[in-house]
Amino acid sequence: MKVYVAGVGMTRVGRLFDKGILDLAAEAAWKAIDEAGGVLPEAVVVGNMMSGSLQSQDNLGAYVAAGIGLRGRPAFKVEAACGSGGAAVYTGVSLVASGLVDSVLVVGVEKMTDFPTAVVTEALAQAADSEYELFYGATFVGLNALMMRYYMEKYGVSRDEMSAWPVLMHRNGAINPYAQVRREITVEDVARSQVVADPIRLLDSSPIGDGAAAVLLVSEEAAKTLPEKPSVAIAGAGMSVDTVEITNREGLDTIPAAREAAERALRAAGLSPRDLDVVEIHDAFTVNAVILLEELGLAPRGRAARLVAEGRFHPGDRPTANPSGGLKSRGHPVGATGVYQVAEVAMQLRGDFPGVRVEGAEKGLTLNMGGDGSTVAVHVLTRV
Amino acid sequence: MRLSPAMLWRTRVPRYRLVGRVCKSCGRRHYPPRPVCPYCGSRDLEDAPLPRRGIVETYTVIHTVMEGFRDRAPYVIGVVRLEDGTRVLAPIVDVEPDKVKTGMEVEATLRRIRVDGPTGLIGYGAAFRPAAGAAEAGQRAAEKS
Amino acid sequence: MERSGIVGWGAYIPVYRIRASDIALQWGWEPSVPRGLGVEEKAVAGVDEDAVTIGVEAARNALRRAGVDPARVGAVFFGTESKPYAVKPSATIVAEALGITPDTMASDLEFACRAASEGMRAAFALVEAGHVEYGLAVGADTAQASPGDVLEFTAASGGAAFVVGPAGESAAVLEAVYTYVTDTPDFWRRGLSPYPAHGEGFTGEPAYFHHIESAVRGLLERTGLRPSDFDYAVFHQPNGKFPLRVGRRLGFPREKILPGLVTPRVGNTYNGSALLGLARVLDQAKPGQRVLVAPFGSGSGSDAYSFVVTDRVVERQGLAPTVDYYVERKRYVDYATYAKMRGLFIRTTY
Repeated sequence: MKVYVAGVGMTRVGRLFDKGILDLAAEAAWKAIDEAGGVLPEAVVVGNMMSGSLQSQDNLGAYVAAGIGLRGRPAFKVEAACGSGGAAVYTGVSLVASGLVDSVLVVGVEKMTDFPTAVVTEALAQAADSEYELFYGATFVGLNALMMRYYMEKYGVSRDEMSAWPVLMHRNGAINPYAQVRREITVEDVARSQVVADPIRLLDSSPIGDGAAAVLLVSEEAAKTLPEKPSVAIAGAGMSVDTVEITNREGLDTIPAAREAAERALRAAGLSPRDLDVVEIHDAFTVNAVILLEELGLAPRGRAARLVAEGRFHPGDRPTANPSGGLKSRGHPVGATGVYQVAEVAMQLRGDFPGVRVEGAEKGLTLNMGGDGSTVAVHVLTRV
Repeated sequence: MRLSPAMLWRTRVPRYRLVGRVCKSCGRRHYPPRPVCPYCGSRDLEDAPLPRRGIVETYTVIHTVMEGFRDRAPYVIGVVRLEDGTRVLAPIVDVEPDKVKTGMEVEATLRRIRVDGPTGLIGYGAAFRPAAGAAEAGQRAAEKS
Repeated sequence: MERSGIVGWGAYIPVYRIRASDIALQWGWEPSVPRGLGVEEKAVAGVDEDAVTIGVEAARNALRRAGVDPARVGAVFFGTESKPYAVKPSATIVAEALGITPDTMASDLEFACRAASEGMRAAFALVEAGHVEYGLAVGADTAQASPGDVLEFTAASGGAAFVVGPAGESAAVLEAVYTYVTDTPDFWRRGLSPYPAHGEGFTGEPAYFHHIESAVRGLLERTGLRPSDFDYAVFHQPNGKFPLRVGRRLGFPREKILPGLVTPRVGNTYNGSALLGLARVLDQAKPGQRVLVAPFGSGSGSDAYSFVVTDRVVERQGLAPTVDYYVERKRYVDYATYAKMRGLFIRTTY
């Protein structure tokens, strides 16, 4: 399978009160289309989680496509909580790889800052089971905190060992011009930061922000007609789901859906985790990154945090993890994140990512997750 | 969260009485109840009242609470592993947050979980509090008098 | 006609307590005021508790002691003056939570603090008439009092429940009962008022004392029993003093009243008041003993029961937590936390 990345576009992530959904989507989308030489996509896939609950806006496929000047073509919203972006990319890839269309614009967009935190917290918790988790006031952070405590107690991992990840994210993100949070922190800062849901602290958690990212995907046929043949392709795509409710899953320290999605994507690309130069993985919370590194086969069970603390996955290592600064520092406009990841890895493989650069990167992987392990979309990108 | 009369009514037995489902194919129980066994995929299920005691397998103390929970912050949510191995997500109550420990024995109790404003419905559900052995409690009191 | 009795009993008192001295400090009460009421501290329902959750716990304990399949209970009477819903029965929530539904009668009763007692009388009658196999009477309250009013020292949260059934299965058989009721407006609450109003001194002689004394004297006359025939005398207990005074006037010595006097430790639990006293007596009673129970409700009325304890009481005492277990299980809160728990703050949310 070869689906080419003809263009990418991103907005800065932040509290962008003056920009609505369409402003953000248009900015990212047209950057991607311009990069691709102005070729208009035959279909539009919109990744978003909370337009219904926060903007009272459904019908988002039409709203965004027609709203940014792309009426008259198939368009629809794909929602998978914080994995909406990745699921949208997977959908776009499927449309092109199946031959149904020759080009698709995937745009992920999210506006989280229109309401106070308590309201957004409730909306985010809709990623969990409504009747048995949200009903009980289990916040999304709270559910992840259950996994963090379980993981730390089971594997004997200390607070400071876990903190190596957010410290790394901030260091990487500090020079990413698109990042929401651009200041370095220390392990002491993490340990002292406000407790959100014990043991998760503020500096374990991705910020609330607005943003949009877009990728223009084209088929082999369409790629030939572009002014410049794209140098990056999506060589493999994989998705999997698991139960939304955490109590009906096999374990509290594993994310089998991630393992399954990654195996599918890597198998399609004919690669193994060892081959990867760069990964952008889903670190909404420190504990996510730690478990996902293990699910990707990049670290033995229970060891990922320690490895990061020892310097693995830092710039210079293979793979380098989250050179963008990840969800923690680049930010996490939830429905858009999965598309940011693909845009960032594409730029790494092209050699023009404006932040921490992974020199000579040829093979990359993105992992986007919805819920606390319930939806995972993985894409493998290669230099072609 | 708006509380719909139908939703509260549909889920009342699992919430009030901690009734899950047991799979007649693989024998495992699950909660909350699902139409298909989440472990083996069989549709051969029946309702299963679950044990009301268990241990706290893991927990969190939520400081940034959601709307409607300010009056009980900091709020403790735990995964309780019941005596039969089934896991349940529930508030941990009647104990100081800093005294909650992984492994502590807890028992189920009915509590008022959600109230839909001053005019809406009240949602009751299962919470867990530190367990007291009935015989032990009676015994202790008998020793005192 | 089949005779009836208490097959199982249960109690529940929330874990939180506030000291009377902290309430006095908050509102500038002279310290001898709470001292005069004989109440040291009172139980406060947590934010996630209400009369229903309290009633369910007490009823669950009663069912444990009774050893009866909940599906065989044919009537649930829920007596409270702090109903979570003005319209929508609490009794059905209790019945559903315990697995008693759907083959059952169910209703909420109001008669200030004696509503549950009226329910208990009705349950006995249904059993004796053969209409139901077992009945459940629950008394539970999260009593409300205006902040700064003297009632604030005593208005507390708690409850008791009784599974009622055939005398042949009972831990305490109903020997006799007499109820005395008049229209006496000593204490009331209108629908839109958050707190009750009361006639202060008027709540004493014309209300509490007159009705309890009339009910007890009526019972003694009709049965030929005398105070010396009773081992325990449990009275409605709005404070720590009235039960001793009414008991003395009726000829019951302190030692017979103290075992059933719970209010000094946890406050007046309203529909739980006399009934928690009865539960505490059953927790320690010996076979053959006779218990007088006289609940009182404002508005006004009193019942007087005579129960005779049977051999079955012994094996059932340890089957569920005792009243003392709940009395001793406590955590103190300050007035600000108490005010939050009682919903005294006006808050707005987004």
